[in-house]
Amino acid sequence: MKREVPLFITAAAGLLIILSFFVPHQIVSVPADFLQQTALILRAFGFVLGGVNVLLVNFDAIYKRQPGWIYKVVLVASLIATVVIGAVEGRGFLNPGTRSKWIYDNLYANMSATMFALLAFFIASAAFRAFRIRTLEAGLLAVAAIIVMLGRVPLSNLLTAWLPEWARLQALQEWILNVPQNASKRAILMGAALGVMATGLRVILGIERTYLSGEE
Amino acid sequence: MTFLEKLDRRWIFLAVGLLVLLPLLFPLALPLFVTPPVAAFVKAVDSIPDGSKVLMSCDYDPASIPEMVPMTRTALRHLLDKRCKLVITVLWTGGPGLVDRVVRQIIEKEYPDRKYGVDFVNLGYKAGDEAVMLAMGQGIVNTFPRDYQGNDTRSMPIMNGVRDYSSFPMLVNISAGYPGTKEWVQQVQARFHLPMVAGVTAVSAPEYYPYLQSHQLLGLLGGMAGAAEYEKARNEKGSATRGMDAQSLAHYFVALCILLGNLVQWTKSRRTVA
Repeated sequence: MKREVPLFITAAAGLLIILSFFVPHQIVSVPADFLQQTALILRAFGFVLGGVNVLLVNFDAIYKRQPGWIYKVVLVASLIATVVIGAVEGRGFLNPGTRSKWIYDNLYANMSATMFALLAFFIASAAFRAFRIRTLEAGLLAVAAIIVMLGRVPLSNLLTAWLPEWARLQALQEWILNVPQNASKRAILMGAALGVMATGLRVILGIERTYLSGEE
Repeated sequence: MTFLEKLDRRWIFLAVGLLVLLPLLFPLALPLFVTPPVAAFVKAVDSIPDGSKVLMSCDYDPASIPEMVPMTRTALRHLLDKRCKLVITVLWTGGPGLVDRVVRQIIEKEYPDRKYGVDFVNLGYKAGDEAVMLAMGQGIVNTFPRDYQGNDTRSMPIMNGVRDYSSFPMLVNISAGYPGTKEWVQQVQARFHLPMVAGVTAVSAPEYYPYLQSHQLLGLLGGMAGAAEYEKARNEKGSATRGMDAQSLAHYFVALCILLGNLVQWTKSRRTVA
């Protein structure tokens, strides 16, 4: 029973959701809607679980003085401060002028954008050190990548303006994206979709049981 | 070549920094052309009947500001010029504050006659990704009983007559990844047949070309270049247009790095063989 009940619930829930795509009758749509609402509530609880997990993992690392523990102190202090300030400010904590909004606008947003902006520096460095063309396939990939990369920017419009329209970098990159890239991408999408359907069926039919206990 | 072999990467960092900074300080005004996916985006938005209620989902967070915010601004202006009423959602945890700021900046400064709750509403964030998209198909007010600031959405005039996706002529999605354009196409466009256009990051744009070719996406803005072309198509000079000079030089520098790196490797391997 310990395994059969979860398997039955999974099969019933999966079938209901699939049926709701094809059967508009309320016998199917009402329980399917209920399941969807339940999923939303469960996801919201996931944030609480995630927050508690972050605290537990980092408290443990701080207690054991693991390498970089001082940064974990900053993380835990920031997390607690943000939650407490938000809780004190109540429902309107996101309104303009609140402390929570100030933290978001002046700390979180800037730090998040900075982290992503650093990528530009590391991509250039990695392009110099790591992008090695050793095979014909890698060569083709490099040529396509360079054409697409350069064809996307206006400097290429200026530099290739003297060429016939079809030979300009912008036209070439559009062709690469529309023809060879699109063909391979579509094949990958179809393969992935078939894989998802097969996995879904395996779960609904109880063949795939790894989500229950990690066993096959 | 020995110099390049031993090149300290900090020189590369310095070069990237200067190539990005200088064009921002001294613009080059490079020529921009509107590509077919962007022209299709503009045409699709133009085809929305004036005064319609439009669903706009801004699925990104501050990490993608340079790419996503310019296209959000231009799309907002485009829709507001058509006197469309905007129902805005965010499916990224870190996004609601940013999106709220962008929307307010545009509307309060450029369209002060538009009223919150009447002409636009920010429904904010809801956890659940694809489950939220499906739940909105059953009822938008039920899925978002309160807006971003905690107001009751049922009492808002803009939500009168808004039931589900059939209440909108189009979905405008600006997305930086998951959940975003791919999920909107798979869960909403395919099932509820809601026409949609999308603005996405440059790195993910090629992923959406199959949807563009199958007309599941009626138009596509790819990265800052797409945003700049959108600005050009709308005769605006925004931050994406200004940023394209810097991006041009940075792209050429990365291409040069790939070529130089391989040249160094090639001469090194020839020396080893000799």
